[in-house]
Amino acid sequence: MAAPYDREDGLPPAAPPHGADAYDPNYVPDSVKTFVAHLYRHIRDKNVYEIHQMYEGGFQRLSERLFRDAPWPSAEAVAPYCDGDHVFLLLYRELWYRHAHARLSPLTAANRAESWTNYCDLFSVVLHGVVNMQLPNQWLWDMVDEFVYQFQSFCQYRAKLKNKTEDELQQLKQFDKAWNVYGVLNYLQALVEKSMITQILEREKEGLEQFTATDGYDYEGGSNVLKVLGYYSMIGLLRIHCLLGDYHTALKCLAPIDLNQQGVYTIVIGSHISTIYHYGFANLMMRRYVDATREFNKMLLYILKYKQYHQKSPQYDQILKKNEQMYALLAICLSLCPQNKLIDENVSTQLKEKYNDKMTKMQRYDDEAYAAYDELFSYACPKFITPSPPVLDQPLTNYNQDAYRLQLKLFLYEVKQQQLLSGIRSYLKLYSTITIGKLAQYMEMDEAMLRSILMTYKHKMHAVDSDGKIVSSADFDFYIVEDVIRVVESKPTKRHGDYFLRQILKFEEMIGELEKVQFD
Amino acid sequence: MATDQTAETYTVEDLVALNPYNPDILNDLEKFVNEQVASQTYNLDANLSLLRLYQFEPERMSVQIVASILIKALMAMPGPDFSLCLFLIPEHVQMEEQFKTLIVLSHYLETARFSKFWDEAAKNRHILEVVPGFEQAIQAYAIHVLSLTYQKVPRPILAEAINIEGLALDKFLEYHAANSGWIIEKGRQSQVIVLPRNEINHPELKKNTADTVPFEHVTRIFPVLS
Repeated sequence: MAAPYDREDGLPPAAPPHGADAYDPNYVPDSVKTFVAHLYRHIRDKNVYEIHQMYEGGFQRLSERLFRDAPWPSAEAVAPYCDGDHVFLLLYRELWYRHAHARLSPLTAANRAESWTNYCDLFSVVLHGVVNMQLPNQWLWDMVDEFVYQFQSFCQYRAKLKNKTEDELQQLKQFDKAWNVYGVLNYLQALVEKSMITQILEREKEGLEQFTATDGYDYEGGSNVLKVLGYYSMIGLLRIHCLLGDYHTALKCLAPIDLNQQGVYTIVIGSHISTIYHYGFANLMMRRYVDATREFNKMLLYILKYKQYHQKSPQYDQILKKNEQMYALLAICLSLCPQNKLIDENVSTQLKEKYNDKMTKMQRYDDEAYAAYDELFSYACPKFITPSPPVLDQPLTNYNQDAYRLQLKLFLYEVKQQQLLSGIRSYLKLYSTITIGKLAQYMEMDEAMLRSILMTYKHKMHAVDSDGKIVSSADFDFYIVEDVIRVVESKPTKRHGDYFLRQILKFEEMIGELEKVQFD
Repeated sequence: MATDQTAETYTVEDLVALNPYNPDILNDLEKFVNEQVASQTYNLDANLSLLRLYQFEPERMSVQIVASILIKALMAMPGPDFSLCLFLIPEHVQMEEQFKTLIVLSHYLETARFSKFWDEAAKNRHILEVVPGFEQAIQAYAIHVLSLTYQKVPRPILAEAINIEGLALDKFLEYHAANSGWIIEKGRQSQVIVLPRNEINHPELKKNTADTVPFEHVTRIFPVLS
């Protein structure tokens, strides 16, 4: 029997697959032979249901049982069981490297470079070849998600130069083209363009095309792969631009997807969560707190209702993690821009349980407040990256935290500017009319300072949206006539329209359930 | 290879829309920034694309161009363009003197400390006069914030916010009275300027939008209705 796999050994370079001396890439257990043969046949038969079962279930089970700490057999070794099919082997390798990234850290630069090459080959086939498969949406989403993840992971890896060995540095020099940011972005952009997904979505609105209605699948004998990869690539681009700190472009990439409707992005829960998390985060950094709050609320409510159904899925841990992060971001949004009408009660209860103390601190705007903002932001933010390759001849440092530190610093800077506003809120709620002079006296500041703060409140609470309109997010408001401040009383408004809409949908759901009940 | 010829057949906006992740368009984007400065126009998308390319290839960054982009972004207030740009500029670059100055200026504008702003701007005229139209853009922003806040603003407050005094201010007020609907009245201690009514400084004008339902939400029940 093979000796136990020793991860500490330097992995032999270049030729795939990699493993310690104990791992035999050519040894294929019987269960793997069957797995490969069946998966290959299901793909040829376009049996999406069976493919999904094997992909979600079979692959995970075999990985748990046989390959907990070892790579799967090499593509060359399993080739005989799938007719050596070139495209199937690209898919197999994608799974191979995904497994390696998840279980066999740390990977060398050479390993990562090979995975990059495989993605290039795979995407090139999809973009240029005529791919005739139908693959489950879960698999296609995981492909794009993993692609972005491995890019992010590589950027983090190569930015930690301090403790790298000569060999590792040599590999970084050798594989300097792997995971270059231009390539990554251009592949995703190419998938979006070649699939013509934006045009498809436009035409769908006018009833000229079926896409969402069929969950992205093609029932006319064609393939769903390019279209759905193109669709998911929009979310991939949203994510990468967030990692780079370009929130404006991130939201632009997502623009063709209408978040007010169900869509292909809601079919796979991983894609639903990733979309809303990054959308919300981008809006938060652009100071559009109300938009972020609204979407976080919807997503958190959804997770609350449906997470029990995903307990057995391999994505469950990720779902829980993102759930916690979104509560943290929601706490930040509500502290900077209080809203009393937007949050569902169940979400509000959860939020209070998790962050009541922190939110009280954050609304105080002193040093403890900054610490709380810092903590929540650092916990919940994406893993920002520095996209440029390292310069390898200077003294070696770790600069993998630089991007994160910049975003955090600018975020806290914004928090500081809003520090002035908390006092205003508490004081003005006590008066319907007060002169500037009097209020300045109570707040122990000079009139000029007070006037600045009042204008700052107006500026911060009234954003200019993408159409140039002014949108107010103020929970209470005022105006000034000469030197008298008049506070506007906000009457709690009953949102009848919204209430009826919700009830209609709820009853429709219930009727649907009842109709399904069969009497014997 | 993108040559001058290519730049003539495609506009820069085309390049940014069709092929943004392309190191070859960097020079075109830099030229475009200078064009925006010269012709007093502005394009956020193109400037963000350039800052992104500088992120990918830090050796090619031009400090002068970045400064112009930031000044243009300041002029776009109340939009958040300035911070959107800062998110893309490495920390060590932001430590340079002229960028620290621009950040301070942005801070004063964000917190409506107009008199401090104009003082600091005067001290740094050499950085700012590179971009024509700067003063007017900031004055427009100041008036915007005043319009959100005041129904009637005392003359000295307006003067401080837009950095215009005396006869020049009289002319300015005359112009806006004729063209922007401003009304000049006698107030308790000085002249007051009645600014045009809008939803923000006249909340009673606000339609009860709280109960209107956006069309997108209504579409959610279309499947039910059919």
